[in-house]
Amino acid sequence: MTLFLFWVFAVLMVLFGLGVVFFRNPVNCGMCLVMSFIFLAGLFVTLDAFFIAVVQVLVYAGAVMVLFLFIIMLLNLNSEGRRPLNLAAVGGGVLVVLGFLGLLAKVLGSSTFFAQPKPALGHPELSDVKAIGLTLFSTYNLPFQVVGVLLLVATLGVVLLSRKELK
Amino acid sequence: MMPTLAHYLAVSGLLFSIGIAGVLLRRNIIVIFMCLELMLNASNLSLVAFSRFGLLNDGLPNYNGQVFVFFIVTVAAAEVAVGLAIIVALFRARQTTHVEDLDGMKY
Repeated sequence: MTLFLFWVFAVLMVLFGLGVVFFRNPVNCGMCLVMSFIFLAGLFVTLDAFFIAVVQVLVYAGAVMVLFLFIIMLLNLNSEGRRPLNLAAVGGGVLVVLGFLGLLAKVLGSSTFFAQPKPALGHPELSDVKAIGLTLFSTYNLPFQVVGVLLLVATLGVVLLSRKELK
Repeated sequence: MMPTLAHYLAVSGLLFSIGIAGVLLRRNIIVIFMCLELMLNASNLSLVAFSRFGLLNDGLPNYNGQVFVFFIVTVAAAEVAVGLAIIVALFRARQTTHVEDLDGMKY
């Protein structure tokens, strides 16, 4: 059952990911990105990472994508006109992608470590929100505070950048 | 029948390659930005997969990986906000989002 769900989510996620690259209209790209993120959240659920799946839907499919679509609407972007493809960029892109995938296939085939099936959880009834919260506020307390400051700085930076005239 | 670690890593690598291809092939700066998000999410998937497959001694997932994903999501959200503000400022100055028209720093 998990394998079936894995394939459903994985295939749909990759298809919508391809949609981001191949659609010409930025709004279509954004919609494909939302669907890709939602199916990625499904993959997180098959990995028993429920908290991360919810965060994925809330933050990415919710907040980040609203921001993207808002900016597309604000800039009033239409489909880009056809321009001649930069052959060097296309060739380089294909080369980099094929090299990366070949390397990945070689690494994944090199060890039986990657062929292990998903191990059963010791305590399936334990809530992962609680466990992540304990880890976050004990081991990673300082990074957590630093991320808070980072968000504040980012907010101030955005306000500064969006003022009418930049000095 | 359970999916193996290789399944998840392969899907994650595929999504990452789609992101790279998008960054290199597309010329609209907002779509390039979306493809960057795709690559960040691909790395998140492999982190969560490692967290679930590398069980600790008491049979729990290694939650360090999931906390790491949490931080990546937070930083990515901040990055999107700042990046889109820069794109809007750029659009105000140049009236375009096409990267080939934005070559002021080239050469």
